[in-house]
Amino acid sequence: MAELTKKGIGGFIARHGILVAFVLFMVGFALANPRFIAIENISGVIRSSAIIGVMALGVTFVVIGGNLDLSVGSMMSFSTIVVLDLHDKLGPTLAIPAMFAMTLALGAFIGFLVGYLKLNSLIVTLGMLSAIHGLTLTYSGGKNMDIDDKQGTWFSIFGQGNVAGIPVPILMFALLAVVLTLLLSKTPFGRKVYAVGGNGTAATFSGIPRARVVFMTYMISAFCVATAGLIQASRSLGSQNTVGQGLELEVLAAVILGGASLLGGSGTVFKTVIGVLILGFIQNGLLLMGLAFYAQYVVTWVIIILAVWLDIAAKRGRLWSPIA
Amino acid sequence: MNSETRGNLIKQGAIWAFIVVELLFFSIAGEYLSVSDKAFMDFDNMLLLLKQSAPIGIIALGMTIIMINGNIDLSVGATFALSAIVLLDSMTWPFMAGLGDWAIPLAWGLALLTGVVLGAINGLIVWKTGVDAFIVTLGSMLGYRGLVFMYNGEQPTSHLNWTLVDFAEAQFLGLHTATWFLLVAALLLWLLMTKTIHGRNAYAIGNNREAAVNAGIRVGPHFLWNFMLIGFLASLSAVVFYSESGSVNPNDGMLYELWAITAVVLGGTKLTGGYGSIVSTLGGVIAIQLLRKGLGHIGADTETVNLVIGLILIAVLFLDRQLNRKGKEELKI
Repeated sequence: MAELTKKGIGGFIARHGILVAFVLFMVGFALANPRFIAIENISGVIRSSAIIGVMALGVTFVVIGGNLDLSVGSMMSFSTIVVLDLHDKLGPTLAIPAMFAMTLALGAFIGFLVGYLKLNSLIVTLGMLSAIHGLTLTYSGGKNMDIDDKQGTWFSIFGQGNVAGIPVPILMFALLAVVLTLLLSKTPFGRKVYAVGGNGTAATFSGIPRARVVFMTYMISAFCVATAGLIQASRSLGSQNTVGQGLELEVLAAVILGGASLLGGSGTVFKTVIGVLILGFIQNGLLLMGLAFYAQYVVTWVIIILAVWLDIAAKRGRLWSPIA
Repeated sequence: MNSETRGNLIKQGAIWAFIVVELLFFSIAGEYLSVSDKAFMDFDNMLLLLKQSAPIGIIALGMTIIMINGNIDLSVGATFALSAIVLLDSMTWPFMAGLGDWAIPLAWGLALLTGVVLGAINGLIVWKTGVDAFIVTLGSMLGYRGLVFMYNGEQPTSHLNWTLVDFAEAQFLGLHTATWFLLVAALLLWLLMTKTIHGRNAYAIGNNREAAVNAGIRVGPHFLWNFMLIGFLASLSAVVFYSESGSVNPNDGMLYELWAITAVVLGGTKLTGGYGSIVSTLGGVIAIQLLRKGLGHIGADTETVNLVIGLILIAVLFLDRQLNRKGKEELKI
């Protein structure tokens, strides 16, 4: 680190590149279109980022623990479909805990495979992406799911309600972020997650139950996915089977953008929230500037590569890769 | 025969044994459950199966080489779609109309060039920045898909050229055009991986990158070539498929990377690199297609296919771990 600090401004940009870029983007967008920094716009962006954000919080735990979770998108579709279906069969009060239980069961299955059986998380969650998608389609028979009485249910509060003027999805996102920050930074469990992800063998030798910690990270991820599914279902009160398709990549992009290393052992909940907001605001800013909706994908691509590149470059002390 | 070679034989034979089991299962189960009175192991049915394996299969061949390197490519589905758009759209460009049937090879060339360029972008980034291929191609998967949507919005791009359709539907020695492309590509890549220095280097790099560097192998350019190769194969797959169908949706090719990786892993290639074979991947591709067709044959919902394949992928991973406990199954990033 001592060498890096000598490099002055270059080193600073390399280390905090993503924040610098974020500030530049925000200022640029605000100058281009003052509506960008209007309260309604900001609140709207955070609200629409909440679903990705809630899932990203859970995936942060998995990634810090040194694993990947590519199944969150199709798991979110599953939760959404299940809660919408049970809403009419059991009523919302029972449907929500039932859906959480079913989603947590899926999380437990993945946690068992990756934690206790020590199978490669990339392939396991890739397989689960496909398997849960199949499960959802089998459950729904391939049909869209809709609530019968869309006007007369209090279920819509999670996606559409306001408390003290603040949209409920934002409150849930913020609450979950605070609770998970405390869990990760203030409890023995949080320290164990870092230890397992940083050096699994060393963690095992120092008596940390590696399998159980990994298992718990997937349970946390599943809980977050269920919450995201709840918000999604409550917002639209009807859903396709593929509502979460592809979201796993945006979620992972947000986590990586926040600076969590895919090697495990680094990252924080707060940084992930920043990553989520950066993605959300950049998408929104580009739209306000009149760029085609899909141009945001290209910009996201460039930003992810630049962010990770600068991060790596700062760690190794040189910009270009040492690969011959 | 020592235990290591026996283990290797078991592993290489496993996928073909699995295919035989599938054939038997679906033939017997089909007798009782099938809605049609046609036998599952009907000759035409099997020929069709090979043809349908081709799009994913051609991509999976390239993925094998990438994974032997210890890398991964998540952007192949988007490359597939973008090449397809270039293929179909370029044939409608004004100057192409004057070329008559010469427009076809030109359109093919442009589509294949698209794939090579997209692959080269991935390869260059991996080489020059040192960012892991997983992240690089995760990003370009989004980026390339964005380009696909920017090209023509959410509208499908369509152009039917009957000469092309005739070519794609032709059968030579009983096999369809697509099957020939799959088999010839497999043969060439098998030669590349087993008989050339490039192939030997691919295994060496995947096995131990530092040792390979110390042995004087230029790892960066090697990666670049392989990413260009998989880009080429993804566009070749698109060229073969869309010559016949003539219409591409912007969502086409989504999740193809997943199917290709599944086929490669079923074939026994290691995620950590250094181990794998083109022939076994071909087995993996056929096994997946058999499963799709077979489940349809015995009257299962098409939805079940995703469920079954996902669980089989995990089961294979588990069995592989049990057979080969000494291998470290960590993802190298």
